[in-house]
Amino acid sequence: MVNSTKKNLKVKRKKTGRSVKGSYTNLPGKEELIELYKQMLLIRRFEEKAGQLYGMGSIGGFCHLYIGQEAVVVGMQSVSIDGDSVITSYRDHGHMLACGMDPKGVMAELTGRESGYSKGKGGSMHMFSKEKNFFGGHGIVGAQVPIGVGLAFSHNYKQDGFVCMTYLGDGAVNQGQVYESFNMSALWKLPVVFVIENNKYGMGTSVTRASAGKSLAERGKAYGIPGLEVDGMNIFSVRDAGKKALDYARKGKGPFILEMKTYRYRGHSMSDPAKYRTRSEVDAVRQQKDCIENLKEILQEQKITDDHLKKIDSEIKSNVSVASDFALDSSLPDKKELLTDIYI
Amino acid sequence: MSTIKMPALSPTMTVGTISKWLVSEGDEVVSGDILAEIETDKATMELEAIDDGEVSEILVQAGVQNISVGTPIIVIGNENNSEKISNVVKQVQSGNEKIETVNSDKITISVREALRDAMAEEMRLDEDIFIMGEEVAEYQGAYKVTQGLLEEFGEKRVIDTPITEQGFAGLGVGAAFGGLKPIIEFMTFNFSMQAIDQIINSAAKTLYMSGGQMGCPIVFRGPNGAASRVAAQHSQCFASWYAHCPGLKVVSPWSASDAKGLLKASIRDPNPVIFLENELLYGEKFEIDNENEIVPIGVGNIVSEGNDVTVVAFSIMVGKALNATKKLAENGISVEVIDLRTIKPLDIDLIIESVKKTNRLVICEEGFPFSGIGSEIIAQVQEYAFDWLDAPIKRVTGQDVPLPYAENLEKLALPQEEDIVNAVLHILNEVK
Ligand SMILES: Cc1ncc(C[n+]2csc(CCOP(=O)(O)OP(=O)(O)O)c2C)c(N)n1
Ligand SMILES: [Mg+2]
Repeated sequence: MVNSTKKNLKVKRKKTGRSVKGSYTNLPGKEELIELYKQMLLIRRFEEKAGQLYGMGSIGGFCHLYIGQEAVVVGMQSVSIDGDSVITSYRDHGHMLACGMDPKGVMAELTGRESGYSKGKGGSMHMFSKEKNFFGGHGIVGAQVPIGVGLAFSHNYKQDGFVCMTYLGDGAVNQGQVYESFNMSALWKLPVVFVIENNKYGMGTSVTRASAGKSLAERGKAYGIPGLEVDGMNIFSVRDAGKKALDYARKGKGPFILEMKTYRYRGHSMSDPAKYRTRSEVDAVRQQKDCIENLKEILQEQKITDDHLKKIDSEIKSNVSVASDFALDSSLPDKKELLTDIYI
Repeated sequence: MSTIKMPALSPTMTVGTISKWLVSEGDEVVSGDILAEIETDKATMELEAIDDGEVSEILVQAGVQNISVGTPIIVIGNENNSEKISNVVKQVQSGNEKIETVNSDKITISVREALRDAMAEEMRLDEDIFIMGEEVAEYQGAYKVTQGLLEEFGEKRVIDTPITEQGFAGLGVGAAFGGLKPIIEFMTFNFSMQAIDQIINSAAKTLYMSGGQMGCPIVFRGPNGAASRVAAQHSQCFASWYAHCPGLKVVSPWSASDAKGLLKASIRDPNPVIFLENELLYGEKFEIDNENEIVPIGVGNIVSEGNDVTVVAFSIMVGKALNATKKLAENGISVEVIDLRTIKPLDIDLIIESVKKTNRLVICEEGFPFSGIGSEIIAQVQEYAFDWLDAPIKRVTGQDVPLPYAENLEKLALPQEEDIVNAVLHILNEVK
């Protein structure tokens, strides 16, 4: 049962000055709150580990961490239903974990091992799980968007009642194919929710230097697609907006756009010198808006003990260690894999 | 308690330099604090603490050059064997210091600098030249090829774009029709696929379709081919794609002086030029003889003379071919290496001349074999020099598979020095 307390949380936190803004309905019950917390923490710890493994040379190539943005995908996933499909860009580790993919298999893929989701052939940017309805993992900015519309087309065609959540960045939002996708999905009323993860930068370019117009949420206006700007650092705002959008799409009314205002703490990829923003900008978001810290404080208000929180933390840390040990103990793919999976 | 090692901070980094420590021994740090600034092959990066604790020992002082990835650099928390670690580090450092020797007589520049200098020099001469692309201005280029250009030429001529390849490629074509001379940078050529319609249908064909009225003086440039484990969607050679189409010139240099001379020639050329660079070559340094030389498009170069076999290569494969040549020389085999430099127009005369001397030919390219540059060369050689061949022509190419991510598979998928050595040995045995 969900705890239907309509609450306007605008709590000033004495110690950190952090404040959870925004009104929301349906503050979930304790159990679910803990589950949300666990999922965000799992992504955070997983990504920290991936960063470490990259530094040690166990992960190569590009590696884009999701740290800071956890509330978006965990929030969306928590209000979706089993069978809804997900597609995103290369910043995909969080999405995979939130879809229920096994951290062991994800880490093994990051390290290029045979036990990885793509047998080590895809790597960080290219991972898939048909079983979990996760359709990648795409390295070409914007290319996942029409594919997401195609997944929605298939949901509609089969009338299976599912929606495709199509994630894209604030940088991707300027690709032409995004507007071709908006038009087709609106024209044919396809069940797709476009989740724009506006983390303020596409690589080193801020949104204001790349995007004309005031709001990315309004980019679908000409096609009649409703859009909402959402505080993506607050998992409850994400859930509220997500419910609304998914409901709309599921009812056959067509696409919906959610602009999640979020922030990435780490560099664009591992080799980002980060000269385009100041350290204090990053620190301010971290200290005042961190999605995990915010939820932690709410849990504390709900009388979850520090011991309990510590236990959760160490449980997750050990899950992540298990995943990385599993990955590093796995073999490299067999040579013959080079020539498989090109044709069926 | 943890020992932090020199991290790999980019796909291609093997050594780094700590430019500054931001903590001292005895400081308390928490996860997320910046410990040091580290200079990598591309940029200066910040190293963050991953755990909380006290800095118990700094193992490598700031300023020590070329510390290998994986070398312990700092200990956070107490660690009993830290003394041992410091000793190891000292040894590593003294080993590394010797590496830094530079030949002082000739000018040595990296391919990255050569490309930047070519653009800067041409831009100084011609106001109509501008450069446009993702992250070319404020960020100084995703691979730092446009470093310093914004500062010198300002934002009118050095322009950051949104991520809209088809848009800015088409815009470039229009600007060229309008009398300007655009240099369009693709962050990598993989992303040119978003724009390929504008390149082929608009840039390449309009001169012909307009009965010669409307030329398109534009350069599309950027890194091409595999880099370092960036996997299938970011690792592809587009030489044969673009060479296939009439109206385009396709250039792909290996050395720094050719990179510079050919980029200058490409900017001056009145036609659309596809200029294929290679990320792994950007940091490579070459001696340069004549800084101001323009290298004409369409002219190959014999980079090593020999009599037994001709090996044709371009871009990064030239270096591999030269290394293979050295190994083969140890076995008394004399290889002539031709660096194509330009793919289209192809310097077929140079290849034919060499084949008439050696009677054997191996062609190397990183791209896929099917309909590759090698296929085209084979067709032309059999047409013009069939009677001079003593053995079937052999190709050394990338495997006909999307590039895998796993380290072992990537190596197998890409053509290696060994493969060239084997190919040469193979066609020499063929005649016995
Ligand atoms: C078509 C294409 N162009 C350029 C790139 C290089 N690139 C990779 S990520 C990126 C920035 C994307 O920013 P955004 O959409 O905001 O996503 P974020 O990285 O912030 O999650 C760029 C330019 C690419 N992968 N694909
Ligand atoms: Mg972004």
